[in-house]
Amino acid sequence: MMTKYIGKAMPRYEGLGQVRGEITYVDDIHKPGMVYAKVLRSPVHKGIIRQLDVSPAENMPGVVGVLTLDDVPGIKTHGKYNDRYIFASENVRYKGEPIAAVVAVDEETALEAIDKIRLDIEEQEPVFDMFEAIKPGAPLVRPGSTSNLWEYVPGMTTRVLRLGDVEEGFKEADDVIEGRYVTSTQDHAPMEPHVSVAYIDEADRLVIHTVSQCMYFLEGMVAAMLALPMSKLRYIGGKNGGGFGGKNEVVCDHIAGLAALKFHKPVKYRLTRREDLLYSPKRGPFVFEYKTGFKKDGRIVASHIQEWHDTGAYAGMSAYATEKCGMFVAGPYNVPNILVEAQTIFTNKLTSSSMRGFAVINGQAVSEIQMNKVAEALGMDPWELRFINAWRDGDMGVTQYVIDGAGAIETMKKAAELAGIKLPEHLMAMSSRGR
Amino acid sequence: MKRRGVGIACVLHPSGNKGAGDPSQAAIELKPDGTFVLLIGTVDLGQGSTTILRQVAADALDVPIETIFASNFGDDFAPLCTGSFASRVTLIDSHAVVNAAEDLKAKVKAFAAPMLGVEPEELEFADNKVFVKADPEKALAMADLGAAVNWGGEFIVGTGAWMPAPFQDHDPETGKMTAVAAIAFGTCVAEVEVDTETGEVDLLKLVQVWDVGKAVNPLMVRGQINGGLTIGMGFALSEATYPFYPSPDFSPSNFDDYVVPTFADYPKELKYGIVEVPKSAGVEGAIGFSEGSSNGPPPAIMSAIHDAIGVWIDQYPVTPELVLRALEAKEA
Repeated sequence: MMTKYIGKAMPRYEGLGQVRGEITYVDDIHKPGMVYAKVLRSPVHKGIIRQLDVSPAENMPGVVGVLTLDDVPGIKTHGKYNDRYIFASENVRYKGEPIAAVVAVDEETALEAIDKIRLDIEEQEPVFDMFEAIKPGAPLVRPGSTSNLWEYVPGMTTRVLRLGDVEEGFKEADDVIEGRYVTSTQDHAPMEPHVSVAYIDEADRLVIHTVSQCMYFLEGMVAAMLALPMSKLRYIGGKNGGGFGGKNEVVCDHIAGLAALKFHKPVKYRLTRREDLLYSPKRGPFVFEYKTGFKKDGRIVASHIQEWHDTGAYAGMSAYATEKCGMFVAGPYNVPNILVEAQTIFTNKLTSSSMRGFAVINGQAVSEIQMNKVAEALGMDPWELRFINAWRDGDMGVTQYVIDGAGAIETMKKAAELAGIKLPEHLMAMSSRGR
Repeated sequence: MKRRGVGIACVLHPSGNKGAGDPSQAAIELKPDGTFVLLIGTVDLGQGSTTILRQVAADALDVPIETIFASNFGDDFAPLCTGSFASRVTLIDSHAVVNAAEDLKAKVKAFAAPMLGVEPEELEFADNKVFVKADPEKALAMADLGAAVNWGGEFIVGTGAWMPAPFQDHDPETGKMTAVAAIAFGTCVAEVEVDTETGEVDLLKLVQVWDVGKAVNPLMVRGQINGGLTIGMGFALSEATYPFYPSPDFSPSNFDDYVVPTFADYPKELKYGIVEVPKSAGVEGAIGFSEGSSNGPPPAIMSAIHDAIGVWIDQYPVTPELVLRALEAKEA
């Protein structure tokens, strides 16, 4: 292909309108007669709902109506693993879990009405720590389950990724070092928080203006919850506001859509920044244990990496994220013998989901500390250790994927140059094209 | 006392969904005036995908970019896209756009052939016109073709789709899963100053370089590299929705207690670099990398802190409290 534009620095399409603030955010959309939804959330981390009486809210002036799980015409759960209830009806698993929504003429009235709902929850003992959660006899996050461990296939609670023979690898090693690492939760903090506007159009189709990062990924999910064929749902995406992985989950669309269907009015449901921070899914926390075996010349010959991922109260995208983390958890390096053992664990906290870097960030953030500790143990320059072990074309990652277009060495050379660091000649002579 | 340190990190980020099975489609419509509408289902909440896919379309069609308009936000008109995630759009949508362009070119050539009295194979679609290869003077400008097609009772839309591979799951025994379409590589160098009295870490300098296969738009690559630093810095130094993890107590509820780095916190010296090692999976070697720009800063900053104070803190984010506790433990 003749490349006249590919490779050229060009301004953003529609960029001027965006920086001038002329773009329409979903929250800018207003329809005549539009009403607003607000959500009643669990005040406790874990419990059984003994009473939920919404009638005092329903009877309040300005209230259009109340939604509970009984109002959901279709599938009552959502998510990649289809396990999150739209509204809790029997059990609550985390503080902030939605229980009901009030739809009213404005948000203030909806909030006042929420205060009038009679909610009686019998509090139960929650579990927050992953390692407490996997002890025998720990409180169970999922009612009816037998443990707090995710099952990758029925009965299999550890995902194993294996390349070569890790035991043989450690025998070959001149030295071994170990490390334990913890990474945290993180909020996406997009410019535009979660918001949705839903109404029924002239052709009797439900229109949902969404901030989703992935219309088609979520559209089927929303249609299933609302028991609508996809053709009866018009999903219209936003053009700004940022996502960073936070908008891969259904947060507002299903509630706004459900309210528009039930009350035949345009409905806006939006999270305040406070609600967004406190209740939307987050980057999930990980704990890692690394054991790395290496030769005196710097070659890494074996890695045993254990990985624990805290998914919170629901599965989110965590099992998939745990696996993706595991696939790259040894970094961009040729390690001939690797064993990764990964678990995903339920606790009574917010659901963990996707975020920029999608679990790969967690593995990279800690494996590079481990690499520096190896360099320290060898008395070797950290650049040199990385050059020696960096993937070359044709090397193989832990799940047997083959490296093509390896570029770690080339980025190191360029970064050193930009940082004003002069690398020794024998490193500058290296290339990802061969070893 | 203030102590300085330098740290490095070499990281990666895969482009495309784990296990593949993540298609995108594209359509290109020839309008009566010879301009084009590029239809994609890829939401652009700021990532820049619409901008670069328009560049790909302009090159694949060999027409001026100003003649291509893009629409990407309504499902009635938008072809399917799995989503703007997994750094997949540059890799996957570019192929869909190229395939749509090829389809459109073939259809337009078939339409133009009888007008020029030749077979479609004898035609070239280039330079915003269709012409006879052996006799370039015999040509139809795109504006004339657009009118002839649309007012001549035809409707030409090129369509295309692509995905790296059908969905593949892990082998339960070994974990084998080979559907990794492409990997981007990055290196980060950070210099920090650690205040040993307050435990605060100041990021003074940061260099970040990414191998993106081919930078479709170097300006956008720069934006992604320097923009991704915000999330990387927050991950490294300040952001935690459970500050006393695993306890859920004291969760922050606003930007006064949940501290997202701002440009005021950005390093005074910030450099970026682009490396282009072509990836066989990508159009012109180009793949997605953007998420990776958040992956490098945390370990580079962590290593720099270690270089400054001589202790490893094996936990993120490195809050002032963690720094002070680590210094205390070192002295004890």
